[in-house]
Amino acid sequence: MAFVALGPQAPVASQKPTKTGRVALYLLLPGLFYLGLFFLTPLFSLILTSLKAPSATGVIGRYDVALEIGNYGYALGQYAPQIFRSFSFALIATVIALAVSYPIAYFIGVTARNRPLLKGMLLTLVIAPFFISMLLRTFAWKQIFSNDSWLLNTLKDVGLMGADSYIIGTDFAVIFGLVYNFIPFMTLPIYASLDRLDLRLVEAGQDLYANSVTTFRKITFPLSLPGVISGTLLTFIPISGDYVVASRDFLGSTDTAMIGNVVEANFLRIQDYPTASALSVLLMAAIVILVSAYVRRSGTEDLL
Amino acid sequence: MKLSLGKYLLPTYVALTFAFLAIPIIYTFVFSFNDSIKSNIIWRGFTLDNWLDVCNQQEVCDAFGNSVIVAVSATVVATILGTMIAIALVRYRFRFRSATNLLLFLPLATPEVVMGAGLAAQFLDFGWQKGLPTVIIAHTMFTLSFVVVTVKARVATLDPALEEAGRDLYANAAQVFWRITFPLLLPGILAAAMLAFALSFDDFIITQFNSGAVDTFPKFVYTAAARGIPAEANVIGSFVFLVAIAIVLVVQIRSSRKQKKLITK
Repeated sequence: MAFVALGPQAPVASQKPTKTGRVALYLLLPGLFYLGLFFLTPLFSLILTSLKAPSATGVIGRYDVALEIGNYGYALGQYAPQIFRSFSFALIATVIALAVSYPIAYFIGVTARNRPLLKGMLLTLVIAPFFISMLLRTFAWKQIFSNDSWLLNTLKDVGLMGADSYIIGTDFAVIFGLVYNFIPFMTLPIYASLDRLDLRLVEAGQDLYANSVTTFRKITFPLSLPGVISGTLLTFIPISGDYVVASRDFLGSTDTAMIGNVVEANFLRIQDYPTASALSVLLMAAIVILVSAYVRRSGTEDLL
Repeated sequence: MKLSLGKYLLPTYVALTFAFLAIPIIYTFVFSFNDSIKSNIIWRGFTLDNWLDVCNQQEVCDAFGNSVIVAVSATVVATILGTMIAIALVRYRFRFRSATNLLLFLPLATPEVVMGAGLAAQFLDFGWQKGLPTVIIAHTMFTLSFVVVTVKARVATLDPALEEAGRDLYANAAQVFWRITFPLLLPGILAAAMLAFALSFDDFIITQFNSGAVDTFPKFVYTAAARGIPAEANVIGSFVFLVAIAIVLVVQIRSSRKQKKLITK
């Protein structure tokens, strides 16, 4: 549950930092020290733990510092399906969320532009799901889609679903839940970009006899690209590490487990810290490579 | 502006999508009134008992209390540290600026499970017992960057001439900050604090890795999901939702009035 801050923001005036002096140091140091100690060094702890070997004492959950690179081979070999599933689910859900969210963002940012009250209400509706626990929302979908639910019974009565087919525990259910949870994360940054779109550019395109498809393809969409890029990242990254939706207590089953589920099980249930850490390091490495390649290709270096 | 196709199609689509987004919210709200016995799955009739006696399920109430303690503590620390960083970033020139920006951006681009497992691995290495303090440490860490981003936007819109005017009138540095800078930044700081609170309150993954035996509200729901979530949890979820929506609506209506004035001028 995150990433709301990258949504609508006041346009930042280009203000060059001018002051110098020690004050900057005093202002920065406490916060950066905090992030160093509780964000950066934990990443090193993760790498360190991923290379540990079982303790010579043989006690479960005890590991000694080592250079066990084989942990990575084991993690990759053992959990290849879950790793593959995480990234394919994240990719599919991101694409669907983009398709669902773009028109909403367009409506709020362009169509409702000069009606502040309507716009405010619509934005409130977009973020409304954030105000009710993500777990409760996902559980609600589980109830709605469960066997014997009103919805499934109706679908079966009408003949749209086979009598012994089911939804919970399938890839469809998990992707559906992921898309649902991340629509706001996709909508807000795209809205922020479209809200700043200069409509005179679109009019200029129309004046030059471009049809609405061409103006969208050549003007509106390229100008909303920064929003699309941050929206897709804000959706893809958290989904790739999510394990609530795919959990068998929510919308998934053992057949839908993602990396997050495996890390959770290894770290918190069977206390196989090295394997869990190796998987986390692999996930982090994949994300870093992906994000830097994606951001470089799209040409927006200043996401922050 | 020409929107021939979108004229009815787009509003209809938007309305349908919003209805879709609302389904689980309405479901949770409705089932908070369910006269359920243990598991809250089948509708058994309307009752107000769950609302009137939430702490009937002691664990739900305790978990909710823990969530509030964690969210308040993390919000206070993260807002102070984050505001300081935001001011420094916009106003000061210093070396290692890009390294600082990277350190602030990374937590936003890291999957929660990585941050959660990393911190838990470090607590293991340090030999720290997991509990409420470790959850507060974790939440302060992951909300900090959000505070920086939000407050930074506000600092950037602030006219330095106002502070100069104060200095010209012989105000010392502390007076300039507390009488001019801080009041002007306050809306941004409050927005950042609300965001930090919301993020912390709803966090599950990082919490699960660093809480040990302590339950927060989302963690309680996750654990309860295996056997069915009690209606009291729906009550708390719905209650938090109503309070948050009320706050947001008040803010939205006030700011839209302001904007309307600007447009009509």
